[in-house]
Amino acid sequence: MTHQNPAAGKAGTDKQSRAVAAQSDPTSITRRTVLQIAGSAVSLAAVTPAAAQAVTTQPSMETAARPVRLLVNGNARELPLDPRQSLLDVLRETLDLTGTKKGCNQGACGACTVLVNGKRIVSCLTLASLHDGAHIETIEGLSKDGELHPLQQAFIDHEGLQCGFCTSGQIMSGIGCISEGHAGSPEEIRFWMSGNICRCGAYPGIVAAVADTAQRS
Amino acid sequence: MNVIVGKPLTRVDGRAKVTGGAQYAADFNQPGQLYAVIVSATVGLGRVSEIRSANIEAMPGVAAVITHSNAPKLPYLLHKGVIDPAVGERLHVLQDDAVRFFGQPVAIVVADSLDHAEHAAAALRIIYDARRPVVDHADPDVARIIPDAAGADRSRGDADAAVAEAAVTVDEHYDMARENHNPMEPHATIAAWNGDRLTLWSKSQFLMNEQAEIAAIFGLPAESVEVICPFIGGAFGTSLRTWPHVTLAALAAKHVQRPVKLVLTRKQMFFTTGHRPRSLQRVALGATQEGKLTGVIHEGTGETSRYEQFTEALTAVTDYLYSCPNVRTQYRLAPLDTGTPNHMRGPGEASGIFALESALDELSYKLGIDPIELRRRNEPQIDEAENKPFSSRSLIHCYELGAERFGWSRKTPEPRSMRDGRLLIGMGTATATYPAFHAPSNARVRLLADGTAEVEAAASDMGPGTYTSMTQVAAEFLGLQPAQVRFRLGTTDFPPTPSHGGSWTMTSVGSAIRAACLEAQFQAAKRAIADNGSPVFGASIDTIEWAEGRLRRRADASAGLSYQEILAKTGDPIEAEGSAQRDPEAAERYSMHSFGAVFAEVSIDPDVGTIRVRRLVGAYGIGRVVNPLLARSQCTGGMIGGMGMALMERTVLDARDGRPVNAHMADYLMPVNLDAPEMEALFVDEIDPHVNPLGVKGLGEIALVGTAPAIANAVFHATGKRVRTQPIKIEDILTA
Repeated sequence: MTHQNPAAGKAGTDKQSRAVAAQSDPTSITRRTVLQIAGSAVSLAAVTPAAAQAVTTQPSMETAARPVRLLVNGNARELPLDPRQSLLDVLRETLDLTGTKKGCNQGACGACTVLVNGKRIVSCLTLASLHDGAHIETIEGLSKDGELHPLQQAFIDHEGLQCGFCTSGQIMSGIGCISEGHAGSPEEIRFWMSGNICRCGAYPGIVAAVADTAQRS
Repeated sequence: MNVIVGKPLTRVDGRAKVTGGAQYAADFNQPGQLYAVIVSATVGLGRVSEIRSANIEAMPGVAAVITHSNAPKLPYLLHKGVIDPAVGERLHVLQDDAVRFFGQPVAIVVADSLDHAEHAAAALRIIYDARRPVVDHADPDVARIIPDAAGADRSRGDADAAVAEAAVTVDEHYDMARENHNPMEPHATIAAWNGDRLTLWSKSQFLMNEQAEIAAIFGLPAESVEVICPFIGGAFGTSLRTWPHVTLAALAAKHVQRPVKLVLTRKQMFFTTGHRPRSLQRVALGATQEGKLTGVIHEGTGETSRYEQFTEALTAVTDYLYSCPNVRTQYRLAPLDTGTPNHMRGPGEASGIFALESALDELSYKLGIDPIELRRRNEPQIDEAENKPFSSRSLIHCYELGAERFGWSRKTPEPRSMRDGRLLIGMGTATATYPAFHAPSNARVRLLADGTAEVEAAASDMGPGTYTSMTQVAAEFLGLQPAQVRFRLGTTDFPPTPSHGGSWTMTSVGSAIRAACLEAQFQAAKRAIADNGSPVFGASIDTIEWAEGRLRRRADASAGLSYQEILAKTGDPIEAEGSAQRDPEAAERYSMHSFGAVFAEVSIDPDVGTIRVRRLVGAYGIGRVVNPLLARSQCTGGMIGGMGMALMERTVLDARDGRPVNAHMADYLMPVNLDAPEMEALFVDEIDPHVNPLGVKGLGEIALVGTAPAIANAVFHATGKRVRTQPIKIEDILTA
C-alpha cells in the first residue's frame, strides 16, 4: 500500500513528443535525447495507444547497436547493445541470466532488483547502455564455490520465500538494505524492503532473514 | 517409527530458489527463439474493422503479424476440463473480428528480439467499430440469470418467515470489489514444434488440462503435447485454466517455424487471465434474544462474461456453518462485457464468508453477546444441510486457542472504547472454513540400486512447498530419510494428477504417493522373498514387515534388509505406480471441511482515517499438518492476502470502455512488507481418519478465508462504523 515508486511508469506524452521531435531531426540527437527516445520506446507498453501511435508514425526508427562493457558477476562482457534495451532484458534475454525476474517491467514490484556498483536498482527501469563499465551483481553471482551467501541461507532457514519468484530481487535488495545500514530493526527493514513485493506474503520470514544476516555481518 | 511427516523441514528446493537456479516458464530460453507480443483491444465491445499491418511487417526484426484475418482456423474441438465453466464456450482467439471485452487479444506480433516485437506491437494501428460495454455489476439494467449449474439455490425450513418473525434481526447488503490475482510471475509460454509434436514451457497449475486443452484447440492427440512447468511464481488460481495466450504462443511458433516466447505484460494480466468476480450480497439473520439463530438468508450475485457462466461457491458456507432450522441461499450471475472470471484463492467462500461473518458480528453487538459466545451458541452437532456428521470439526477449539493467544479477553465490548494514545483500537474475529476436497490422482515411485528413491507426479508447486511436503510423505512411507528421496513434478510425462488448486494437492497427490510407496515396498518384498540368498527367502508376504525402510520377518529382531540390499542382486530398479481416491463410503457418510478462527487488531487514526492492521492470529483445524514450518508460512501469507482483500485490492473498470484503470502493480494496491502486521498461525491437534489415509484436509484456501471479515469487524469495534464494502477505504471511515 505504501510502495508507490515515484520513478515508475510515468512515461508521459510530453517526453514522447520530445522524443519524436528529436527523431525527426537526426542531427540534433544528443546522448540525452537518445536516452529519451530509448526510454520512451522501452515504456511503450505503459502509455496510451494514442501516445504510442504518435511515436510510431515513422516506424522505421532503428537504433544502431553499440558496444557496452559490463562486468557481470565478475565476468567482463562486451556486448553490442541496442541502447533501448533495459538492463533486465539484457541480463535475461541476451546473457541468459534468468535468475533475475521480470515481475511488472514498471519498477513497481522489485523482482528485478540487482546491484549496480554495489547499489540496489530495479533493472527494468534502467537502460543497459547507461552502465558502461559498471559492476553488475545478480543472484547467480552470490554463492562462492558452492557456498551460499549468508542471506541466501537465511532465506531458506527463516522460510523467507514461497513461490520463489520475488526471491532473487528480495535477496539482492536485502543485501543492499544491509549495506546501506537500513537493517537496524525489524521496523526499519520492513520500511526499506517495501519496494519488493511478495505476493505470497512471506514478509515475516523475509524480515527475519535480513535481520538475522545483518546481526551476523 | 520413521516420523518425517510433521517435521518442520526447510524447503528441499530452497537452494534452487535462492540461487536463481529455479526455472520458471519464461526462463527456458530456446535456441533460435523468437519473441511474440500480444496486441490487446483498446475498446470494450465491438469489432475490428481495419488492421494497418503493412508497414509493421517491414519494421526491423519483425517475422510475422498475425490477426484474425490471416490466422489459421483452428479446430477448437470440444473440451471442458473440470476447471472450465460447465456452461458456455471458451474464447476462440483470433478466429473472428469480434471484440468481446477490453484487452481481448486482437493481434500478435513476432520478432527476433523482445524490443523489436514490443516496438512493432505498439506501432500496429487497429481501427474498431466500438460500442459501449456494460461492465458495472451494480447497473440495474444488468440481467440476473440463474446459473445452469446445479445447487444455485438451497433451502431448509422457511427462512423468510423466520427472519420476519424474529426477535432480533440483521438484514444488510454487501459489495466486494473485483480482484486480480497478480502473482509475481506473469503468465508465460514458450512453444516449440517438432513436426506435429508441441512442447510448451508454460506457467500452469494444471498441466494435464493444459495438455488436453491445447491438443483439442489444435486437433492433436493429447500425447503430442508436452507441458513442462517445474516452478510457478505464484498463481492463486489464475493459472488453473489454459488462457488464450498459450494458444497464441503455439500458433505463432507454428507460423514462424521457430520456438516462440510469449510473456504477458503486467497490464495484460488484468485482461484475459481471470479475476475474482465482484460480488453483491444480502445476508439476513433472525435470532432470539438469547442469540440462537432462527433464520438465515444469504443471496449473492457474481459476475461472469457473456460467453461463459463462471460459478463459485459464494453462498455455500452458509448452508453448513451454523445451526439453524431455517436457511435459504440463492446464487445468481450477472453477465457482463468482460473476460470470464476464474477461481482466486478461497473462491466463493472468501467472499461469501465476509458477508455472513460481518452480519453475525453485527448481530452480536445488537444482542450484547460476545461474538465468540454467539458462535458457540450456534455451533451445530452435524452438517444440517447434508444431515451428516462432520468428519472432524474443531471450530470452537480454534476460537478458544486463538482467543487465548490473541488476548481476546482484553477487548472491551463497546465500539470505540479502546485507544492507544490518539489512535482508535479495534479487535474483531471471524470464522474461516473451506471444504476438504479430494480428487483422484496418480504417482510413481522408483527404488534405485543405491537405496534412494525417485518419486514422480504431474503435480505443481506454486509456493506451498509441494516439493518438500511430498518428499516428506514419500520418505515417511518408504522409511527413508528425506535426503534419500527425490520428488519431481511439473511435466505431463509424469503420472496424471488433478489441478494444483482447491487445497487438494496434499490430500490427492499425497495420498497417491503413499499408495505408490506401499506398492513399491510390496514389490521389493516379493523380490526379496524370491531371492534364495535372502534371509526372508520363501517367507509368505503376511509374515514379513517393514521397519525404518528395512524388511524382516515379523518378530525377527535383526536389522533386516535395506532396499539397497534387496536390489543388489540384479541392480534393476523397482518401479511402482499408485493411485488414490477418496473412500466413497466415507464421502457418503461424512461432511468434510476445515475450520478456523481469525483474530484481527487494527489501529485507526480518527482524524485521517488510515487503517493499520497491527496483529493477526489464525487458529486452524486442518487435520494432520505435514510440515508446520511451511504450513505456518502458508497461513500467514494467506492472512496477508486476506488483508489485501479487506483494505486494498480492487480492480477499477472505466464504465465507458471497460478498461481496468489501475492495471499496474503500483495502482492495484496490495500488501507490502511495511503493511505486514505481527502474525501468528496456530493449529489445533485434529485427527481425521475419514478424509484420506494421510488425515490431511488442505490448507491453501482456508489461509485466506476469514481474514477480511475479522478485519472489518475490528474496524467496526474501533470506530463504530460498519463498512459493508470491500476493500474498506479511508473515505469509508471518514464519512458517516
